[in-house]
Amino acid sequence: MSDDILIVGASQAGVQLAASLRDLGHTAPITLVGAERHLPYQRPPLSKGFLTGAASAESLALRTRDYYHEQQIDLVLGERVTGIDVDGGRATTDAGREIRASRVALATGSRPRRLVVPGSELTGVLYLRDLDDAAAVCAALHTATSVVIIGGGYIGLEAASVAAASGVRTTLVEAAGRLIERVAAPVLSSFFLHLHQGRGVDVRLSRFVTHMDGHDGAVTTVHLDNGEAVAADLVLIGIGVTPRTELAEAMGLQVQGGIVVDRQGRTSDSRVVAAGDCTLLPHPLQPDVMVRLESVQNAVEQAKVAAAALLGRDDVYDTVPWFWSDQGEVKLQIAGISAGYDAVVVRGDPGTRKFSVLYYRQGRLIAADSVNAPADYLAVRRSLTARATMEPGDVADPAVPLKSLLPT
Amino acid sequence: MVTVNYVSPDGTSRQLTAEPNVSVMEAAVRNGLTGIVAECGGSLACATCHVYVDESWLLRTGRAEDCDDDLEDQMLEGTSEERRETSRLSCQLVLTEELDGLTVHLPESQI
Ligand SMILES: Cc1cc2nc3c(=O)[nH]c(=O)nc-3n(C[C@H](O)[C@H](O)[C@H](O)COP(=O)(O)OP(=O)(O)OC[C@H]3O[C@@H](n4cnc5c(N)ncnc54)[C@H](O)[C@@H]3O)c2cc1C
Ligand code: FES
Repeated sequence: MSDDILIVGASQAGVQLAASLRDLGHTAPITLVGAERHLPYQRPPLSKGFLTGAASAESLALRTRDYYHEQQIDLVLGERVTGIDVDGGRATTDAGREIRASRVALATGSRPRRLVVPGSELTGVLYLRDLDDAAAVCAALHTATSVVIIGGGYIGLEAASVAAASGVRTTLVEAAGRLIERVAAPVLSSFFLHLHQGRGVDVRLSRFVTHMDGHDGAVTTVHLDNGEAVAADLVLIGIGVTPRTELAEAMGLQVQGGIVVDRQGRTSDSRVVAAGDCTLLPHPLQPDVMVRLESVQNAVEQAKVAAAALLGRDDVYDTVPWFWSDQGEVKLQIAGISAGYDAVVVRGDPGTRKFSVLYYRQGRLIAADSVNAPADYLAVRRSLTARATMEPGDVADPAVPLKSLLPT
Repeated sequence: MVTVNYVSPDGTSRQLTAEPNVSVMEAAVRNGLTGIVAECGGSLACATCHVYVDESWLLRTGRAEDCDDDLEDQMLEGTSEERRETSRLSCQLVLTEELDGLTVHLPESQI
């Protein structure tokens, strides 16, 4: 059997896989195939600095072109892997290329969930996942007079920050009763509601879109379930993502709304690993619970252990999940996963735009959301890394640095 | 092109070149230098790009506590590595011709 490794998907997880394989001393051929034609890049700025114009497309590159060359990573861009035969040791792309592959890493990521209502195919109805999408949104923002953003998650809120700051009339429609409901405590949801309303964003909670109308094929109006019609020449949809699992399914791997992997990143076939947005994985800190995570940190950390697994090592993904979101001058940093919390402590006054929400389950600290409070975020992340906790009674006073509550 | 020297805790150093306007972090990460992790890719969100600026360059780079935005300063306070006067988050150190030849020292660990 040859030693050739194929990595499918050239983004955060795929690039880290290739780099980690080389860092771990693997010398056999590595082919990294990405369907996008751009040099692999970071996505987070697409709804932040890239949209405002502060960051250029070139500045998003994960590695230089020379890096792949020096590391002898065969980077194939603009082609999609369409079939993988691990037994036969080869794979094919949509361009007809044959690639030798005795072991495979799937880093296929996720795609935006589509909103299917009458009119959702009109011109001017956009999504925000990749660089081409972001360039289209950027161009549309320059000429738009009124923007409707559908979805009050992080991407929707970040885009609303940019749109409102550029002076365009901005409406945000969210089906749930509060913003970022899925992942945050009510106190954080109401903080963001007031923040965005204060910036002039018209936020419509508990509303959903029934249909859209257009003129000459371009969107003009978004209709809500209460009968209201909102004018729009740009509609941006951010209602979540779906993992790309088709290849894994075709390969007969176990898939449950995500490619099922263990703590080492291995799929149900020991020759195949997977990492990043496309996976369903054991919670890094509570491995009896399976989770899906959509973050750069997760893609990178999972990729590192998956690379090790491909080389026969047994590294385990047990680092603390974390995430951030920039909404204008407000920086949110999240350490841990708050899902399943039964109590929260608010540290500081949301009115000052600097505070943290600490999440507890059965008296133990499991996560924190920090708004413009990076020291709190770092202390909680380090506490979780040490598998320690902080007493709920000790954390409320912002005058006591959380760092002082860390085990020594 | 601007040259930067990255000195590891064990004293070995690596020299990299980059275009002006690229940050000290970007120059390192894009070329595969592993002592700077930069989990957030330069968004001032992770503090895993900590470096100690060589004393002789401190006047030219400036100190973290002198920056307008105090986020960097607060983040540096939160890392497990010793906070020194020369501590900077390297994603905030943008290379210019004046910084050609800059030397930075890498900490033992990031955050
Ligand atoms: C606008 C936006 C803002 C974000 N902000 C943040 C943030 O602030 N913080 C944070 O932590 N995370 C953020 N995220 C999430 C983060 O970017 C993702 O979690 C991360 O990119 C996942 O990396 P990945 O490599 O698993 O998948 P992806 O980045 O989705 O990449 C998968 C790649 O695989 C390619 N591919 C798929 N199938 C094939 C095939 N068959 N053949 C070849 N190529 C294929 C795709 O084209 C794609 O390029 C953001 C995401 C977006 C879209
Ligand atoms: S790269 Fe994350 S703070 Fe500098």
